[in-house]
Amino acid sequence: MNKLLASLAAAGGAILLTAGSAWSQARDIVIGVQCDRTGATQTVGVFFCPGVHDYTDLVNSKGGIEGRRVRAMEIDHEYKVPAGVESYERHKKEGAVSVLLYGTPHVQALTAKMAEDKIPGTSPGFGSAASADGMRYPYLFPIAASYWSQAAASVHFAKDRLGGSLRGKKIAYLFFDNPAGKEPLPVLEDLAKLEGFELRTFAVPAPGVEMGPQVLDITQRYRADFVVTHLFGRSPSVSIKELKRVGFPLSKVVAFVWGSSEADLDAAGGAAVAEGYNTLQFAGVGTDYAVHREIREMYQKANKQPPREMNSTVYYNRGIFHMAVHLEALRNALKAKGAQATITGADMKTGFESIKGVTLGGLMPPLQITPTDHEGGGWIQVFTVKGGKLTKTTDWFRAYPDVIKKHVEADGKKS
Amino acid sequence: MFHRESGYYKTTYAEDGALYPLPIAKWTVGILLALFVVLPPLTTAVTGALAAEYYISIVNLILIAVVGAIGLNILVGYTGQISIGHAGFMSVGAYTAANLAVKLDLPFWITLPAGGLMAAAIGAVVGIPSLRIKGLYLAIATLAAQLIIEWIINHTPAISGGSQASIEVDRPAVFGYPLKTQRELYYFLLLFAVLAIVGALNIVRSRIGRAFVAIRDQDIAAEIIGINIFRYKLTAFAISSFYAGVTGVLYTYYLGIANYENFLISTSIDYLAMIIIGGLGSVLGAIFGAIFVTLLPILIRLFMETFGTLFFTTAELNNIIPAMRLGIFGLLIIVFLVLEPEGLNRLWRNIRSYFRVWPFSY
Repeated sequence: MNKLLASLAAAGGAILLTAGSAWSQARDIVIGVQCDRTGATQTVGVFFCPGVHDYTDLVNSKGGIEGRRVRAMEIDHEYKVPAGVESYERHKKEGAVSVLLYGTPHVQALTAKMAEDKIPGTSPGFGSAASADGMRYPYLFPIAASYWSQAAASVHFAKDRLGGSLRGKKIAYLFFDNPAGKEPLPVLEDLAKLEGFELRTFAVPAPGVEMGPQVLDITQRYRADFVVTHLFGRSPSVSIKELKRVGFPLSKVVAFVWGSSEADLDAAGGAAVAEGYNTLQFAGVGTDYAVHREIREMYQKANKQPPREMNSTVYYNRGIFHMAVHLEALRNALKAKGAQATITGADMKTGFESIKGVTLGGLMPPLQITPTDHEGGGWIQVFTVKGGKLTKTTDWFRAYPDVIKKHVEADGKKS
Repeated sequence: MFHRESGYYKTTYAEDGALYPLPIAKWTVGILLALFVVLPPLTTAVTGALAAEYYISIVNLILIAVVGAIGLNILVGYTGQISIGHAGFMSVGAYTAANLAVKLDLPFWITLPAGGLMAAAIGAVVGIPSLRIKGLYLAIATLAAQLIIEWIINHTPAISGGSQASIEVDRPAVFGYPLKTQRELYYFLLLFAVLAIVGALNIVRSRIGRAFVAIRDQDIAAEIIGINIFRYKLTAFAISSFYAGVTGVLYTYYLGIANYENFLISTSIDYLAMIIIGGLGSVLGAIFGAIFVTLLPILIRLFMETFGTLFFTTAELNNIIPAMRLGIFGLLIIVFLVLEPEGLNRLWRNIRSYFRVWPFSY
């Protein structure tokens, strides 16, 4: 019983201490960070989240945003929805002005709540494509190219690679058989009509580590001219290996954003195996950006080694990008209200909606977020595996914005 | 519950089956219920509105989990039929209610039972293999059900509402007033959690519940003493699935969306973990399990956030806390099950029986 009392007292002390530390940091601006370092998508989270924190630390070390320090409060939700809801409420309790969401089911589960609480959340690379509509989802910001924009970008890229016309060409769409995998289908079908190519879809059932039959079907029976893949987890690496095995040129393959990291290449047997593989990216890849140099310098000043997570640049840079958009929104909000003002979620929303022309040395696309377009344009860069690493093939571009817009509007009318 | 009982022996069957074994039990339940009713204003008064929202949100998640865990315990704990398809039945309830709410514009007091009944119907069908197979074989059959339900929802736009397989639902409205904040939703969820608990307590003390237990302990003997195995096994599946369906509907209204990815197989496993930790074959055990599984990761995080800063930097903590959460969670489950294989409920009963004669132990 004594032990029980002691642990109870310890827990009570813990709560008091938390309250105390929260008080001392009252002037800091809190931004909530959802993360998954231990759940279903941990291979992403372990690189993504350090990027978020390193960039926050860098900004703070340079004096913060308009003189205000930012506290990135991370909560790991293990990719579970109840834990995600709890983490959002915790962020709200700590006074977070905006939240970096993580995971499609969490975005969906929190969309209604965020609008009621007037706290903006961002969902780059997940959530639904229809949430680009800022009038319908006022507090949800996809900020990066949705799966619809990625579908359009991949068709645009294929067109470019196949000599400027897709008429009579055959495109295969190899996708993970879940809602996210199926989301781009209507856009692809539309573009097939528009550009006059033949589209056939090949579903890969979960867990997606077996796709020999689909790949054979694509290369031997259908004889595709170009392959667009939209896969998650371990399956992108399997697709690379299988396509390589049957001798399909990887230069005629383009992968959506979750099949395009260094980790996928490594899992396929190293970048040498994947030579020629094309990837869509919504943030810059590689370490040739000023922000990387500054982060290294920050670590060197503190006599520490730069974290090895920096070497997985696709996810690490997406982490930087994700936080950078929030900090830009915060900068806009502080500029509008005065540097010492108390910032609310609604101020942040306005801040997000006036983001324009911030590029972070090319790491960020030329986003222009408006009250109606929360996707910021749907910008994509293509990186190709060349000589053992991902190298830039195209500059930032957006494809078929009219088609995407039509679909967003149609989805808004549906409900 | 929390009262002490001593020198009380049951002498009739009616007494053995009573919902309140002692008059004082009514008082305990009444006080407990009153406490739960005043919980939100009380929390608000103590911690302020913003923090109260957070604490009540945790209670809300627990309330939803309680309904689902009780349902699974009726099937697994009381009837002895293992099921890994619980989340599948939740999604049946969730999508039934969401479709009715959006397409026909029905209020929650129609969609909620409808979702439950639809899940019960599907559950009864899925339960048919249980008439021929048991144990691990039945587990695989229910696993198949989970996967089939997932596949059907994913591939039928008429059910899933389009390629994203999610249907947005308006907040539940009471007399035209939509319940939005955590504290408002709390009462909505509390009502159904209480109904679920009362319902389950009454089922298990009645003829049906006793039939379930007889089937669990020895199905051949149960059949010999006149229990219709066919009927009661399917009834167990139907009741359990009804609870699961209601859980799915509660999730849908609580989150404002019915989403395919909330109800994947990992959710089924989580609920199995709840009832195993809490104690198989007891309503209170399911409640304990739901509380434990929901609360423990949160408490570990709170503890580490406070004391971890003494030993680690924030960057290290961000890495350590999630790993600790999984590690400590797993370790505690093992420790609890080694200390008391019958779960938290048995632990609670041990404590109670210790205090029953306290301080006159001898």
